[in-house]
Amino acid sequence: MKITINGQTEEYQGDPQMPLLWYLRDELHMTGTKYGCGMALCGACTVHVDGQPVRSCRLPMAGVDGKSVTTIEGLSSHNDHPLQVAWAQHNVPQCGYCQSGQIMQAAALLEKNQAPTDSDIDSAMAGNICRCGTYPRIRAAIKSAARGDAK
Amino acid sequence: MSNQFQPQRRQFLKQVSGTAGLTLGVAMLPASRVVGASDVVGEALSPNLFVTLEPNGDVNITCHRSEMGQQIRTAVAQIIADELEADWQRVTVLQAKGDPAYGDQNTDGSRSVRRNMERLRQAGATAALMLRRAAAEGWQVSADECVCDNHKVIHSASGRSVDYSELVAVAAGLPVPDSDQVSLKPRNQWRYIGKAIASVDLTSVVSGNAVYGQDVQLDGMLVAVIQRPPVLYTRPKSIDDKAARKIPGVVDIIEMPGASAPALFAPLGGVAVVAKNTWSALQGVQALKITWSTNEHSTYHSESEKQRLIDTAQQAGETVRQRGDAQAVLAASEHTHSATYYAPLLAQAPMEPPAATAWVEDNRVQIWACTQTPQATRKFVSEALGLSPEVVEVNVTLLGGGFGRKSKPDFSVEAALLSKQTGTPVKVVWRREDDIQNGYYHTVSAQYLQAALDSDGTTVAWRHNTVFPSISSTFSPDAVSPSSGELDLGFIDNPFSIDNMLLEKGQAKPHVRIGWLRSVANVYHAFAIQSFADELAHKAKQDSKAYLLKLIGPARMIDLTEDGAEYGNYGDPIDKYPIDTGRLRNVIERVCKLANWDQRGQQGRYLGLAAHRSFLTYVATVVEVTVNDSGEWRIPNVYMSIDAGTVVNEGNVKAQCEGGAIYGLSCAIGELSAAKGAITQSNFHNYQVARMQHSPANIEVDIVDSVAPPGGVGEPPTPPFTPALANALFAATGKRIRELPIPLTIR
Ligand code: FES
Ligand code: FES
Repeated sequence: MKITINGQTEEYQGDPQMPLLWYLRDELHMTGTKYGCGMALCGACTVHVDGQPVRSCRLPMAGVDGKSVTTIEGLSSHNDHPLQVAWAQHNVPQCGYCQSGQIMQAAALLEKNQAPTDSDIDSAMAGNICRCGTYPRIRAAIKSAARGDAK
Repeated sequence: MSNQFQPQRRQFLKQVSGTAGLTLGVAMLPASRVVGASDVVGEALSPNLFVTLEPNGDVNITCHRSEMGQQIRTAVAQIIADELEADWQRVTVLQAKGDPAYGDQNTDGSRSVRRNMERLRQAGATAALMLRRAAAEGWQVSADECVCDNHKVIHSASGRSVDYSELVAVAAGLPVPDSDQVSLKPRNQWRYIGKAIASVDLTSVVSGNAVYGQDVQLDGMLVAVIQRPPVLYTRPKSIDDKAARKIPGVVDIIEMPGASAPALFAPLGGVAVVAKNTWSALQGVQALKITWSTNEHSTYHSESEKQRLIDTAQQAGETVRQRGDAQAVLAASEHTHSATYYAPLLAQAPMEPPAATAWVEDNRVQIWACTQTPQATRKFVSEALGLSPEVVEVNVTLLGGGFGRKSKPDFSVEAALLSKQTGTPVKVVWRREDDIQNGYYHTVSAQYLQAALDSDGTTVAWRHNTVFPSISSTFSPDAVSPSSGELDLGFIDNPFSIDNMLLEKGQAKPHVRIGWLRSVANVYHAFAIQSFADELAHKAKQDSKAYLLKLIGPARMIDLTEDGAEYGNYGDPIDKYPIDTGRLRNVIERVCKLANWDQRGQQGRYLGLAAHRSFLTYVATVVEVTVNDSGEWRIPNVYMSIDAGTVVNEGNVKAQCEGGAIYGLSCAIGELSAAKGAITQSNFHNYQVARMQHSPANIEVDIVDSVAPPGGVGEPPTPPFTPALANALFAATGKRIRELPIPLTIR
């Protein structure tokens, strides 16, 4: 099968049941997408498939055949996606482990909702756990990216 | 000129560290580049283990503590760069390997700054003095006339200045000055210390390039997932691995050595599936059919054990602190009040489950792990392999959270055993299920409190009995009683000024491995004490804040020896870090001002207050709740005031307060239970942790400006959160919460 990862076409011939997460991490050595639960419960593994946020830990390779995947490594060319900039401005990360997933989830939210309210943010981000408790800053950073303050 | 000094420098390096390479430590590079991190090259200036100036003047600062989100890598660099007068843009932070040369590296107990600040300042100032001396030599002036200023040495009398890069070679040849020749900057000249400087790892995190334990990749590496025994110390009775072996990519199935009491830091045993990649290993372990032996822990049910703990707490315990005669006053009093508090087992559940990679060769062992404790890793790995610690190199990756779980090196030992057996590098990946079901748990606890009030509602007697399986049971199989180390955490150091006080402990047997979790015993002790104080305020029909201040009494230094109690004070001297009720009162006053406590009634807001000293730091928290008609509660605001003495990074102190509060929320709503000896929960669908929608929408943090010695920061924000929340929910609903977890809907 053929998959586009961050704009590059990749051939895959392995187990079609293998979740995308392990393909990214073990085969492509792109470890920005994290493992946190393996059951679509924490959001650490969030990537975009054809622009939609998905949990790569539960998405078999068969499901991405012919599709286009964006990971944190491919979100922007110079770490300058408005959310990455906002994340830096608000000093969001603590340990950082959840943050690739948080940023990818938030990026998908901003794609379809340019001015999310608190409850829009709550419901979009409900599946992304941060054990360090950076939620208030995540919320603030999403808002400032949405306002266009993060440049 | 510099050449003639070279031998001297080499000799110095050998003396302090054995090899020059150690001064570099290992950078947070992708694993492929970590292997073989190079020696110091050229004419670098390395006066000590922590600071190296490269020939071009760039500064490498080695952080010997583990980074798990508390931004210690940034804080260490701030401290050293400040005394060194380094240009922040020219500073790179390297990560130290595990080596006793650094002194203690066990990153727990909120002590990285308080135990290291002076020596790190000294390390930076030593390099600065050598640079000044080098410049003075060149200018033929006295070093006393020269000052360091932002990567330059300046001789103001003659208006000359020189960049550090031009001084490195000369300075490298100078003798390293004794510490008594080195003077530290006065506080008002601090350039970086105290400032909210952004994390040095920020860019690597937001770009997805940061390397954690789970991310390590080596050429030819195999991945192992282990099915560990569901019940402590049980062993496989039979293993059917036929299906597992058929899974493509599975290389081997290996039974791990079984564990027995005491748990120590040893692996739990079980059956490992070693495979070419993580997916194969995960599938392989799913396909194993194992039957397990049974033992005395196989009958452990958390529900029946809960009753046993409560019964014990309600009986007389063993006295650990006594003042006056609480029993007699209680017996004679007309106004008494009592309550039982209970808190369940919890898992630390760091976002990154434990992971370690080992490469065991004939006489060389390399470990890469998200460990809080690289030296213990080195020790336990070497013991497990029967090698001397010197041949074990422990590389510390970033930690995707630790919270105490990663201060046990068991996962590195597993990787080392498997690498030895397979002859290849092996990464052991803990699943979330393993993390939750095979952990070192935050202990379950029951506490009984009794108080007598006089006719004015003043508390005149206080009795508190605490019962929980102790962490010491992890190290000694006979330990069935809370250890003094745990009683020191917010129990024996009760700050209340009550004439009659009796503090007791009771016995409890462990059925799981008990370990540390952020703030440890402070979490449940603060929950009980600060909630019960609120109960007494209510009983006395007095304002909670006023009542709490009355319980604490006047500003004073508490001397526990007067009550016949021994107290460890977090390992620090009591005269340097007294129990200062004035500071505790101060954070209460400040947080109540911030929260507009006095206006809460008129404003129709429901607030709860709690304050607690832990890790030598004082924190007061006010939680505001709203409760809707169906009983669902939310937290619109949290207010915190922290007095942590001198702070190194204001921004990180604030972040730790926010994170500590939300971690406290997880402690309040989370619960592990056990049936037939095994933990019932397995992943985030049934182990509840705080998510965004339940977390405080807004957290305001007030940091007391203090010149007192630095206290802890990573842990102290957690303990007051749960009681403040419970007190707020009481204010809103009239329901007193004495048992955790707090349901998300209060009826
Ligand atoms: S790892 Fe995929 S959602 Fe947790
Ligand atoms: S920053 Fe550590 S889990 Fe989110």
